[in-house]
Amino acid sequence: MTTPPVLEQENPPPPAPIAQPQEDGFGVWILRVLSALVVPIVVIVFFFAFGFLKDENANKAVQVLVAVVVGIGGVWAMYWGMDRLVAMLPNRAEASVRPFVFVGPALAILSFYLVYPAVNTTIISFKDARSANWVGFDNYARVFTESEYLISMRNSVIWVLVVPFFAVAIGLAFATMADKMSSRAESVSKSLIFLPMAISFVGASVVWTFVYAFRPEGFGEQIGILNAIWTNLGNDPIFWLSQQPWNNLMLMVILVWLQTGFSMVILSSAIKGVPDVLLEAARIDGATEWYAFWKVVFPSIFSTVVVVWTTVLITVWKVFDIVWVMTGGQNGTQVVAQQMVQEFFSNRNNGVGAALAVLLFIAVVPILILNVRRFQAEEAVR
Amino acid sequence: MSKVTTAPGVRQTGRLPIYLTVGLITALWSVPTVGLLINSFREPRTIRGSGWWTVFGSLFDSTAWTLGNYSRVLDEGFGNAFANTLAVSIPSVVIPITIAAFAAYAFAWMNFPGRNLLFAGVVGLMVVPLQMALIPILRIYTNIGVTGTYPAVWLAHAGFGLPLAVYLLRNYMGSLPSSIIESASIDGADHFSIFRRLIIPLSVPVLASFSIFQFLWVWNDYLVALVFLGIEPQSRVLTVELADLAGRGEGALNLLPAAAFVTMVLPLAVFFGLQRFFVRGMTAGSVKG
Repeated sequence: MTTPPVLEQENPPPPAPIAQPQEDGFGVWILRVLSALVVPIVVIVFFFAFGFLKDENANKAVQVLVAVVVGIGGVWAMYWGMDRLVAMLPNRAEASVRPFVFVGPALAILSFYLVYPAVNTTIISFKDARSANWVGFDNYARVFTESEYLISMRNSVIWVLVVPFFAVAIGLAFATMADKMSSRAESVSKSLIFLPMAISFVGASVVWTFVYAFRPEGFGEQIGILNAIWTNLGNDPIFWLSQQPWNNLMLMVILVWLQTGFSMVILSSAIKGVPDVLLEAARIDGATEWYAFWKVVFPSIFSTVVVVWTTVLITVWKVFDIVWVMTGGQNGTQVVAQQMVQEFFSNRNNGVGAALAVLLFIAVVPILILNVRRFQAEEAVR
Repeated sequence: MSKVTTAPGVRQTGRLPIYLTVGLITALWSVPTVGLLINSFREPRTIRGSGWWTVFGSLFDSTAWTLGNYSRVLDEGFGNAFANTLAVSIPSVVIPITIAAFAAYAFAWMNFPGRNLLFAGVVGLMVVPLQMALIPILRIYTNIGVTGTYPAVWLAHAGFGLPLAVYLLRNYMGSLPSSIIESASIDGADHFSIFRRLIIPLSVPVLASFSIFQFLWVWNDYLVALVFLGIEPQSRVLTVELADLAGRGEGALNLLPAAAFVTMVLPLAVFFGLQRFFVRGMTAGSVKG
């Protein structure tokens, strides 16, 4: 993975007439920090100084065009400019400062948008609603005792148990069956299952609004297909999204619908990677397709199943849009990520909101570490 | 996989259930979208009055069909929101990918103190969910008065997309043969021109995959736009506009299908046009925090 640096000058600098105490002097470090920060700061100032982009009366198309040109051109121009500036430095300083021109802006942006907020949110979670006074673990105590939050945590746990299971199971079954079809039928059917991946969670919620739509008896025909089928079977129409606890399941179906395509595509390529010889050997030994799948195919793709499972799991854990749009967390459908936004924006309680965000974070860490480890192990084998 | 090995007789009887099951699942998966698509072309009062499946009774009755829903939603905010979403999305893809490419090049081909440690730190940031960033960043944005501006959203998306982008690009760039870079530097090319003339053209596949992934992510994003761009009618993106329409309930029901398809048309075009890249980007993006 690590590549030897090839471009740096290997030969030591000629003996300087004046003794230099350290390889990297203090001045070099200042230059490094400066060069790392100059690009982002200039870009940011440049962006925001551009009042035109905020002008609500300006022509939209022109505004979009200017935004795109400024956004793209600005960044490139700054890198180029910094590179030219560094080129004016004496040789040795140039070589040791330039990497920071390249890597600095990324580090600066990451520090501002991820490192600082992660620390700050953790601090806020120990303060009160207005972030004025320290309250110790009060917010966490509330989150773990008050029923509202307990329900959202219970629901989130059910979501991560149910959705990844069905998304992976259906995806795996579909990938296995599609693999045995003609290649044209396979690619068409796979495309259709995969298609929801291109739809936003908000869009998917609208799609399913029309599946779950409800008209009380005597208020006209059912326009939701689920109630139409249900009433045709002789039942009374049901307001699906208010039936606790089943409404949670109704929402989970939406995410299964969205995520199955993802797991199917990845698992499908894993299945195609299973060597034919193994399968043939199993068949010659008289194994049924079912047996061959569980004893040959499944063990060979197991690590992919785990990766897909955990990936879907993390998406599910952070689900917000579907609940927000479909029910707004009413009728016992709240989940942690949606509750967090609710606390922050509607209830104006920064402390509890931050505590929920920290929970979202802490729960994800072990899973992602597992994933990255596994990924690295696979890379190493390759 | 087993196409050649199964005996012909087995194929005939053994495959019918497979075709039926796959067909059933595919139909089940498509029905909600197809229903919405049909609804989007129906007269407003029929959308509210009867289910979309009733059109099959009078498929060729031209009075039942209309493009009016589309022209209405485009007039009522969605045309504007479409432009806003474009203005948000394109720089939100290009800025992080540019910044990530420079950083990835440095991590792969330049030598500097703390290189491996910094790279590990960048990769580690993939675990931070963007929910962690909402409260602090919004506070800063509000204090300096930039909430609701495009650059505020671009940079937020850049920040959230960078860890994955740096990780993917560095791995790709690091795997390029060192000989070409060596020979270029012997010919007197400096880092900037090696990066621009050699590394960027060679990295097109990974740049394309990540761009598509990031584009769909930004285009379909609701939370970041809601928080940093806000719900002012002028600055709304498509997802915010659609969520708002969905929240209006019965009254807006006839506009919802067309509105939903306006938000979907570009991602679906990307999906059908660039499916191969799309799949690769999706696979690569599977660890995004």
